[in-house]
Amino acid sequence: MTPKRDLRSVDDTQPTTFYGPTSLTNDEFRNAVGAVDFAVDARYAWDTGVAISRFLDGLREGRILGRECRSCGRTLVPPRMFCEECFRPTDRWVEVPDRGTVNTFSICYIRWDMVELEEPELPFVLELDIETPMMGFMHKLGEVDPQRIEVGMEVEAVWKPEGEREGSILDIRYFRPRDAVLRKGARQTARAKKKTGAKRSGSRKKTSAKRKAG
Amino acid sequence: MGQRVAAVGAGMTKFVRRAQETGKELAWEAARAALESADMTIDDIDCVAMGTAPDAFDGVHMKAEYLADGAGAWGKPYYRTYVGGGTGVFVTIQGWWQVASGQFDTCLVVAEEKMSSTQPHPQGAFITIFDNMIERPLGPNLLWIFALEMNRYMQVHGIDKRDIAAVSVKNKRNAADHPAALLGDADITVDDVLNSETLAWPVQRLDVSPISDGAVAVVLAAEHVAKRKAATPVWVEGVGWHLDTAYWTNRDLVYPRYVEYAARQAYEMAGIHEPRKEIHIAEPYDPFDYKELHHLEGLQLFEKGKAPEAMRDGVLDRDGDLPSCPSGGLLGVGNPIAAAGLMKIAELYWQLSGQAGKRQVPGDPKKGVAQAWGDLMQVGTVVVMGR
Amino acid sequence: MFEKISDPKDVRLVEGHIPLEHRYTPGVAGEAFFASLMKGEFLASRCERCGVVYCPNRIFCERCLGELDADTTVGPRGTLESFTVVYVGIEGEPLDEPRTLGLIRLEGADTVLLHDLVGFDEVGPLIGDEVEPDFKPRNRRTGSMLDLRGFRPVRR
Repeated sequence: MTPKRDLRSVDDTQPTTFYGPTSLTNDEFRNAVGAVDFAVDARYAWDTGVAISRFLDGLREGRILGRECRSCGRTLVPPRMFCEECFRPTDRWVEVPDRGTVNTFSICYIRWDMVELEEPELPFVLELDIETPMMGFMHKLGEVDPQRIEVGMEVEAVWKPEGEREGSILDIRYFRPRDAVLRKGARQTARAKKKTGAKRSGSRKKTSAKRKAG
Repeated sequence: MGQRVAAVGAGMTKFVRRAQETGKELAWEAARAALESADMTIDDIDCVAMGTAPDAFDGVHMKAEYLADGAGAWGKPYYRTYVGGGTGVFVTIQGWWQVASGQFDTCLVVAEEKMSSTQPHPQGAFITIFDNMIERPLGPNLLWIFALEMNRYMQVHGIDKRDIAAVSVKNKRNAADHPAALLGDADITVDDVLNSETLAWPVQRLDVSPISDGAVAVVLAAEHVAKRKAATPVWVEGVGWHLDTAYWTNRDLVYPRYVEYAARQAYEMAGIHEPRKEIHIAEPYDPFDYKELHHLEGLQLFEKGKAPEAMRDGVLDRDGDLPSCPSGGLLGVGNPIAAAGLMKIAELYWQLSGQAGKRQVPGDPKKGVAQAWGDLMQVGTVVVMGR
Repeated sequence: MFEKISDPKDVRLVEGHIPLEHRYTPGVAGEAFFASLMKGEFLASRCERCGVVYCPNRIFCERCLGELDADTTVGPRGTLESFTVVYVGIEGEPLDEPRTLGLIRLEGADTVLLHDLVGFDEVGPLIGDEVEPDFKPRNRRTGSMLDLRGFRPVRR
């Protein structure tokens, strides 16, 4: 028979009651009698759809394509076959320049399962150099010292060579600063490493005073 | 519109890192606590509303159906609602209209999440938030989205990280007085937060609320039942919900306009014209410390970029002019996705009916607003409660 | 208007998978059930108010939401309520050997258990057959439904 559990945990400073649950340590969790391990083998083959198919083709050709909605005048990237604001089909394909600014960015030190990365990754949101504001997609920055990235920095795409492009977002290797001075070259790398040191453990704070003041 | 609806009882499990209980057992523990606090049995309940986030967390397909028995839904009309993190407040709205419509007089609202089941880490389920075609090939990490939003918010407004870290400290200290809290800490300091490991700059470990297991339940009743059952019924006075575009790279992350639209809907229904003056307690969604400030601005309680100043000036403290997350929020109590939002509704019920014990906000508060957020960072769900 | 892709070879697919694994704790009731199963017993719970006996045992009654205990055992024999013979696997592939599954109402229980049916002759199972559990040897039980090979007919 199960031992009678007293689930109630009454806090006498207030009239409400809180029940359970029984907290497990990691060991208890691993060793629970009757526990079942199950791997959901969810495999998919997703149709890319009309818009993204062409967008990916464009990437293989080394260009970034968008869709124009004549009603609101926006150029939409990522492209879509209907404008979600006007709720009507979009009108034509346009090519947009493969450069823009950093709308926002991060310096990520860990992998999705919380394992530490050897080199930090630099995800960012690209804001394309076109009339419609806030158009663009997520990608990664490269050839840049993480400590020198700023919101608003001008960037350009670095593409894989034609033979290596497959029709994928990875046909763009990364985006790098348009200003060559800001790029991390071989000589600058050594200098930068000496300056910042191996800020791997501890807080990895970005201590730029300029950043604090904004 | 329709019948007036009030919360007449609430109950919850402690939020823990990993529970022995199955999801069904967690739901039952919360449902039972709520019914007891309302002095009702399951026979007094006309319908059940369940809020639970992706099936992938518990690892059970058709999760609401799985939880139905623990939620008391056997033999009753049952409804599930799901908008990611916004669920806890959204399911309250769902419970509200089921009673307001007049079709039912009582509704048991339940929210549950058992995230410890996902191995090795729930991020495996979260990752699918990224576009499968043009984002997932980049090998993204869920933290990227929050880090990207936090960075832009800080950069555009020139916010000092200390003011953001102070929110985490406030909530963890508030949670030290919450009997069900996982992360309460009466002694934590801003330096503790600023010295914690950087995960995805600018997000540090103590800026984030970690995953948890737990369940919460609230009993809603129509006016004629509420007046009989509860010494202080706490009325649902306004509801609002809004979903922004899933193209998250095409909107400015610096401001949660989806929270504003939802809040305006709720305030209009509640007859609130000057929220900053008329709202006495705020429970904005705080899975990250910066998010609480972000949401307070969306809730029209502070101007854009001005919430950090309020934090610095002590306005948001429990004894401040506008206490924010007196419960301790997700940062202090824990984060079982859907249950966390409903915990905020329960907190408003306890605060406004004078049952919040050591967490009680002084000064006889009469109106509060609870807000949750989620999906692809795009949903705002808002409920205004008052007595 | 909408462009359409009309040539099948222009249809593009992106393949991927969702990396998900789960570890399910059996719960408060479940841990007691499987501990009992290892000893060769089927733990159950009786709700006095509703007059229902649940197997496996539960900590609450789903009809009245009242608290329950694992206060009784059922079986080990039972009656076959239904069965099926399965010829295809989870992805539609033909199985090497067909697999027979049954729903068994253990004596005293109001609920049924799902398990394999083993040891039936050429006639096969019939609804209403009396069955008994086919346990693995005690030292090979781990606290799982697989501690049973299945249910077999009671030979008269």
